[in-house]
Amino acid sequence: MKDIQDIQTPDNLRYTDAHEWLAADTSPSRMGITDYAQDQLGDVVFVELPEPGSHLEKGAVCATVESVKAVSEVYMPVSGTVSEVNRSLEDTPELVNRSPYGEGWILEITPDDPASLTALMDSPAYREMLKGL
Amino acid sequence: MRYLPHTPEDVSAMLERVGLPSVEALFEALPDACRRETPMDLPAPLTEWDLIIRMESLAASMAAGSGNRVFMGAGSYSHYIPALIPQLLGRSEFTTAYTPYQPEVSQGTLQAIFEYQTLTARLLGMEVANASMYDGASALAEGLLMAIRLGKGRKKVALSQAIHPHYREVVQTYFAPTEFEVLTLPVDPATGRTDFSGLEGMDDLAALAVQSPNFFGCIEDLQSAVSLSHGAKALLVAAFTEPLAFGLLPSPGSQGADIVCGEGQSLGIPQSFGGPGLGMFACRMAHVRNMPGRVVGQTKDMNGERGFVLTLSTREQHIRREKATSNICSNQGLCATASAMYMATLGGTGIRKLAALNRDKAAYLKKALEGLGFTPLFTSPVFNEFTLKAAQGFGRIREKLMEKGMVAGLGLEGLYPEMPEMKEAFLFCATETASREDMDALVEAIRGELL
Repeated sequence: MKDIQDIQTPDNLRYTDAHEWLAADTSPSRMGITDYAQDQLGDVVFVELPEPGSHLEKGAVCATVESVKAVSEVYMPVSGTVSEVNRSLEDTPELVNRSPYGEGWILEITPDDPASLTALMDSPAYREMLKGL
Repeated sequence: MRYLPHTPEDVSAMLERVGLPSVEALFEALPDACRRETPMDLPAPLTEWDLIIRMESLAASMAAGSGNRVFMGAGSYSHYIPALIPQLLGRSEFTTAYTPYQPEVSQGTLQAIFEYQTLTARLLGMEVANASMYDGASALAEGLLMAIRLGKGRKKVALSQAIHPHYREVVQTYFAPTEFEVLTLPVDPATGRTDFSGLEGMDDLAALAVQSPNFFGCIEDLQSAVSLSHGAKALLVAAFTEPLAFGLLPSPGSQGADIVCGEGQSLGIPQSFGGPGLGMFACRMAHVRNMPGRVVGQTKDMNGERGFVLTLSTREQHIRREKATSNICSNQGLCATASAMYMATLGGTGIRKLAALNRDKAAYLKKALEGLGFTPLFTSPVFNEFTLKAAQGFGRIREKLMEKGMVAGLGLEGLYPEMPEMKEAFLFCATETASREDMDALVEAIRGELL
């Protein structure tokens, strides 16, 4: 497993304490799981995606990521509507490991309140949290 | 794997290690209300020969022994079990009820389960089968829960009234504490098949469950059931109590069923006292991650040799806790192995021939009973069971025949109090174990009483 200093946490993203990331500078906002999360899970073998168009509250389960070790829930970082899901994960779930912030994105959210994104952690705050784990 | 009881020396060594004076002290932490104060009210121990005499007299008090002629199925079927099955099953390598806890060490057990899954999937016409469940009824309940999981928010399941009444009761038990609704679709009084007209305009449906052949022996139109349920965006759950029927009938999978579940007792497992049974469970590969229970997979080891593993365990209770696909983390290992041996012994040709023999035996008995004035209650084609309207007073005759060691069908009135046409209706069954002489003797005995 990676050392904390080797974990990637791009500056343009926002983070949750459940290790999801959300792009704050685009609309709708792409989201996925962080480099730390994919590293902890190990080889991802399956991603269960929601139906595009579903409206979900903050904290609701919006996807599940199954690795060889465990099945983990992915939670909505903010309340909003799922506008798109990454269908390429259905056949190539390993994209989550290979490129957690790029091709391994999970879904896109149109937030109910665009300001809700600012309540999430920025990269330095998330790194600070990781150091405490 | 051996099971050896603890000797007094073992017990005292363990107590010494944990620093307790007695076994009683070990249980002191339990609240008094949870403890039994009086000794168990059990009869005194018997010698081996006394015990055998006792068990034999219990067995003789039931119409289960070989001296009886049983023309009743209704979910438990009399089939011949080839002698090689008890012989092989008695090998100590196979004699365990469970999937092992360190599974990959037991390659032979895993291979037996893998072969069971393969044969089950082939018989049912499905893409993947699990390592088995407890029995047909719980397999159906699990199948419906799986459809609910896949239904993403849909809250209703519809069950045919012609599904075995006990299975429907088990489903009710599973569903009672949930927010999900179980609806019942009635039986068409003419055909004996499920009347699907109630499905029209129904929304929020996660699954439609149909049994074929159904409890009355009638063969259902599964293809229509599939297109109706898919039209309502629901999954079709095909239940069964008699898998031998698929030797002749198109398999549920080939007719488009999404989940197939039922009882495998017919495949090499004795009827015993109603159990243990074998819950067979299969589904489409696209839904495998929502399938309950264990799954054995075939893989290659580091040397490139074939090997077997428990796979998709991440869905299961020991890893996923309350979010698991099921509470069931085990399987019916011994019975599944027996049925794999049975299916492999008969092969596709044997199963087809045996199914044809069952159909012919049942047709013979049906015709003979019709000669006595019994009339078919339903028009649908049947396999090895059929429902007849009996002459008035047959219930009393049936009791008399029971004393002569003949079980002449099963009265349906008590099982279907809501259906007035079930008065004087009886469900009969004839399998390959019913000889022509036995059937003729039954018919003659009934004729004698009717006169």
